Amino acid sequence: MRVTQGTFSFLPDLTDDEIRAQVQYCLDHDWPISIEWTDDPHPRNYYWEMWGNPMFDVKDAAAVMLELAACRRAHPEVYVRVSGYDRRLGRQTTAISFIVQRPAEEPGFRLVREEGADRQVRYSTIAYATDKPAGQRYAPRT
Amino acid sequence: MTAAERPTPEGGPGAAAPEAPLYVDLDAAIRETPVAEALAQLEDDLIGLRPVKERVREIAGLLLLGKVRERAGLQTERPTLHMSFTGRPGTGKTTVAMRMARILHLLGYVRKGHLVVATRDDLVGQYVGHTAPKTKEVVKRAMGGVLFIDEAYYLYRPENERDYGQEAIEMLLQVMENHREDLVVILAGYGDRMDTFFRSNPGFHSRIAHHLEFPDYSADELMTIAEGMVAQQQYRFDDGSRAAFREYIARRMRQPHFANARSMRNAIDRIKLRQASRLLASAGRVAVDELRRIDAADVRASRVFREE
Amino acid sequence: MAGKHASHGSEPRSRWAAGVAPYAEMGYYQPDYEPKPTDILCAFRFVPQDGVDPVEAAAAVAGESSTATWTVVWTDRLTAHEHYQAKCYRVVPVPGTDQHIAYIAYDLDLFEEGSIANLTSSIIGNVFGFKALKSLRLEDMRIPPHYTKTFQGPAHGIVMEREYLNKYGRPLLGATTKPKLGLSARNYGRVVYEALRGGLDFVKDDENINSQPFMRWRDRFLFCMEAVNKAQAATGEIKGHYLNVTAGTMEEMYERADFAKQLGSVIVMIDLTIGYTAIQSMAKWARKHGVILHLHRAGHSTYTRQKTHGVSFRVIAKWMRLAGVDHIHAGTVVGKLEGDPATTKGYYHTLRDDKVAADPSIGLYFEQDWASMPAVMPVASGGIHAGQMHTLLHLLGEDVVLQFGGGTIGHPDGIAEGATANRVAVEAMIQARNAGRDYLHEGPDILAAAARWSPSLKKALEIWKDITFDFQSTDVPDAVVTPT
Repeated sequence: MRVTQGTFSFLPDLTDDEIRAQVQYCLDHDWPISIEWTDDPHPRNYYWEMWGNPMFDVKDAAAVMLELAACRRAHPEVYVRVSGYDRRLGRQTTAISFIVQRPAEEPGFRLVREEGADRQVRYSTIAYATDKPAGQRYAPRT
Repeated sequence: MTAAERPTPEGGPGAAAPEAPLYVDLDAAIRETPVAEALAQLEDDLIGLRPVKERVREIAGLLLLGKVRERAGLQTERPTLHMSFTGRPGTGKTTVAMRMARILHLLGYVRKGHLVVATRDDLVGQYVGHTAPKTKEVVKRAMGGVLFIDEAYYLYRPENERDYGQEAIEMLLQVMENHREDLVVILAGYGDRMDTFFRSNPGFHSRIAHHLEFPDYSADELMTIAEGMVAQQQYRFDDGSRAAFREYIARRMRQPHFANARSMRNAIDRIKLRQASRLLASAGRVAVDELRRIDAADVRASRVFREE
Repeated sequence: MAGKHASHGSEPRSRWAAGVAPYAEMGYYQPDYEPKPTDILCAFRFVPQDGVDPVEAAAAVAGESSTATWTVVWTDRLTAHEHYQAKCYRVVPVPGTDQHIAYIAYDLDLFEEGSIANLTSSIIGNVFGFKALKSLRLEDMRIPPHYTKTFQGPAHGIVMEREYLNKYGRPLLGATTKPKLGLSARNYGRVVYEALRGGLDFVKDDENINSQPFMRWRDRFLFCMEAVNKAQAATGEIKGHYLNVTAGTMEEMYERADFAKQLGSVIVMIDLTIGYTAIQSMAKWARKHGVILHLHRAGHSTYTRQKTHGVSFRVIAKWMRLAGVDHIHAGTVVGKLEGDPATTKGYYHTLRDDKVAADPSIGLYFEQDWASMPAVMPVASGGIHAGQMHTLLHLLGEDVVLQFGGGTIGHPDGIAEGATANRVAVEAMIQARNAGRDYLHEGPDILAAAARWSPSLKKALEIWKDITFDFQSTDVPDAVVTPT
C-alpha cells in the first residue's frame, strides 16, 4: 500500500528538483522549513522526529536540500517529510507538508474491530511496522 | 535582423534542428540585464575606489559574456567566483560586497543575492563538536547569496594546533568546492595578513578566482565622503568648520588605527555631540539653521588637534 | 437626495401616506450622526412605494427595526429613547434603478449578548413586511468586536481542523453521497468507503438525509463509520463523513450527535433549517466534544438569491461565523448553483479573513474586524469536476472543501477512480502553482500532463470536458471595477 498523508502523495514521488521547487516556494513566503522522520506512519502520529530545529534563517532551497540529504543518509529506510510553517497571526500553523522519502515496502495498517453490544464496533488502526521494535521496522535499503 | 533571428520556414529542412547562430547581439544582452544600471550605481554611489570599480566591471563583463556564450550554445563551465577583498578597515569592502552580491544575482550566478557577513566568532565554536554546526548554520543562511568572511585570517591560529578554526576552514573549503552553484564566498581583511593566511592555507588561494585590492582613500576623497555623510544627516559644514575638518583629516590619517571612511563616520558622530552641547550651553532662541550648522570649534575640540 | 423631507403634510396624501408616521422627524434619520465603534451598522437595499420619499422610507426602516411603532406613543417618554433609536445616517440611490441603500446604525444595547435569534428578531423581525416599502434587502452588517466577543464562534476553525486532520497545503476534497434518496444504509456505506479509499478526505450526507423509512439514522451512522475506519486503514490518512444529525427536536439531535461522537466520527453536520438557536447549541456541543461542525445552507436561496428582497448571503455568512459552525457551503462560482464570482469572493473573505476591508466591488459595504475569531472553512459544492481545478483554485484558494459529488461517483471506472482523479488533479495543480507555473492559464496543460500517468484523471477529463453552467447571476455587486 501507499500511505497517502501529505500534500503530494497522489503524485509520483517528487524528484529532488521538484522538492527544491516546493521548498523555494515556502522560503519565498517566509515559511521556515522543518525536516522530520518517523518509522510509525499512524495517521494520528502527529510528532515525527525532528531533524534539527526548523530552518528559520535560510533563503535558498540549497540549504534545505543539504540537510535533507544528511537526514536521508542517517535514516535511509523510513518516512521523511518536509513542512513549511506560516507564523502569521491567525495562522501560526503548518502551511504545507509533504513526504519526500518512504520505506521500500509499506506494509500498511491492520484494522482492529472490537465488537460490542447494539452492533457497535470500536475501531483501532495499527501500523504493521510497529509490531517490531523501533529501529527494526523497515528493511534496510539495498 | 541577425541570422539567428531569421525565421526558418515552418516544417522546412532547418526546422527540426536549429542551426547554430552566427551572430549574437551583445548590446541586447547588456540591455536585457539591469546589470548596467547596477554598475552605474556603483560608479555614482561610491567615492573613489577606481581600481576596485574597474575590477568589478571586468568581472561583470566576463560573467555576462559567459551567459551569452551559454545561450549561443558554446561550452561554458560555471566559473569559480570566490573572491578575496583586501584593504584596510573602512575602505568599502562590505559595501562593495553587497553590490557584488546584487550584480551576481542580476547576472544569474546566485539565486537570491543577499549578503551574509560572518567573522570567526560566528563560525568557530568553543567546544568539541560545536564548530561544525555553527559553520553549517552560517553557510546555510548564505546559500543563494554571498558569504562575506571578515578578517578571515583569524580562522587560522597556527600557534594552537588544537584550535577549532581549522575545522571551520575545512568545511569552508569543502563548501567552496562542492557548492559553487549555491553560494559565493568572499574572504576579506588586511592585505599583508591575508597573504600570510593564503600561504599557510593554499587550498583557499587556489579556490579564489578574483583578488580585489581596496586602496586607502585620499584626503580629498575622505572630505567628499564626510560631506556626503553630513548632508545625509541634515547637517552642514560652514567655511570655518570645513577648513578645520580638512585639517582634521590630514592629522587623523597620520595617526594609528586610522580606518578610512569608518573614521570619518566616528568623527562626525563626535562632532554632532559637541555641537549639541554647545547649543544647549548657549540656550535661548536659536535659528533653525544653527541646528544644522557645524562650527569650527566643534571640530577643533577633537583630541586629534591636541596630540602632535 | 438626502435633503428635504418635511413636506409630507402639504403634499396630497397618497394611498400609503396614511400608515406612515413621520419617522424622519422622530429622530430615525440623522444625516449628521457619526456611527460609534460599538454600533452595529446595516446596509439595506430598498424600493419605496410610489410617492414615498426615500429618506422617509429609510427612516421608517430604522424605526421599525428598532423602537418605533406606527404611531406616536407617550410611553416612549419614559425611556432614554434617543439612545435606543436606530439612526439612518445615509441614503444613497442606486444609479439606473428605483432602489436606494440606507445605512443604519444600531446601538449595542438593543441586542442580547451572544444571541443570533435576538439580533435577527430585531433587525429583520417585522420590517420586511412593512407596507410603505415595495421591497427590502439586508445587504451587509458591520458587527463590532464588542458584540463579536459575546459569541463562541466556530467550534474549531480552519487552523484547528487542519491540525486535527493532519492535512495541509491544499484544498480538502469531499463528495455528497448520491443518489440523494433511497440507498439502504449498507449500500450507502459502500459509496462512502469507495470515495474515501480513492482519495477524498470527506464524504457527506445530503441535507435531506436524516432518518427516513429507507434508511434510519443509526444504521447509516454504523455503516458509514465502518467505511470511514476501513478507508483510514487502507490509506493511512484521517478520513471523515459528515453525519447529518438534523432532526425534529434538539433532544433528538443531541442523541444523534452523541452517537456519532461515540463511534469516533471527526465531524457531524446540521442544516440551516434547524434554526439559529439550534445551530448555536450544536456549535457549543461541537466544541465541547471535539467534533467538527458542518453546516449545509439548506433553504437559504429562498431569501438570499433575489437582489431586491431578503437577506444577502454575506450577512448569513457572518451570522453563521458568530453562531459557531466550522464549515459552511458558500458557492462554487463555476458549478450549478447561483454564485457571481465577485459576490462569492466577498463571502469567502467574510468567512476566512480576520480583518476584512470594505470593498464594493465584491459586495462588502463595511469593514469587518473579527477580533481573532476562528475562520469558517467554506465548502464549494454542486456541479464541479476535476477539469475545473485550476479555475477553482484560482477563485476559491486553498482553504476550502471542494465537493465533487457527481464528479466522483459518476466516474465510468468507479467511485474510487473518480475520487483519485480529483485528488491527482488538486495535487498536480498545487504542485504546479508552487513551482511557479501560471496555473490558471496553463491549467488544462497541467491536467493533461498528469492525465498521461493517471488513467483515472484521463477518463474524468474526457467525460466532463464540456460541462459548464454558464448562466447570468441574479446577485451581483452594484459596483463594477473598471479596467484601467
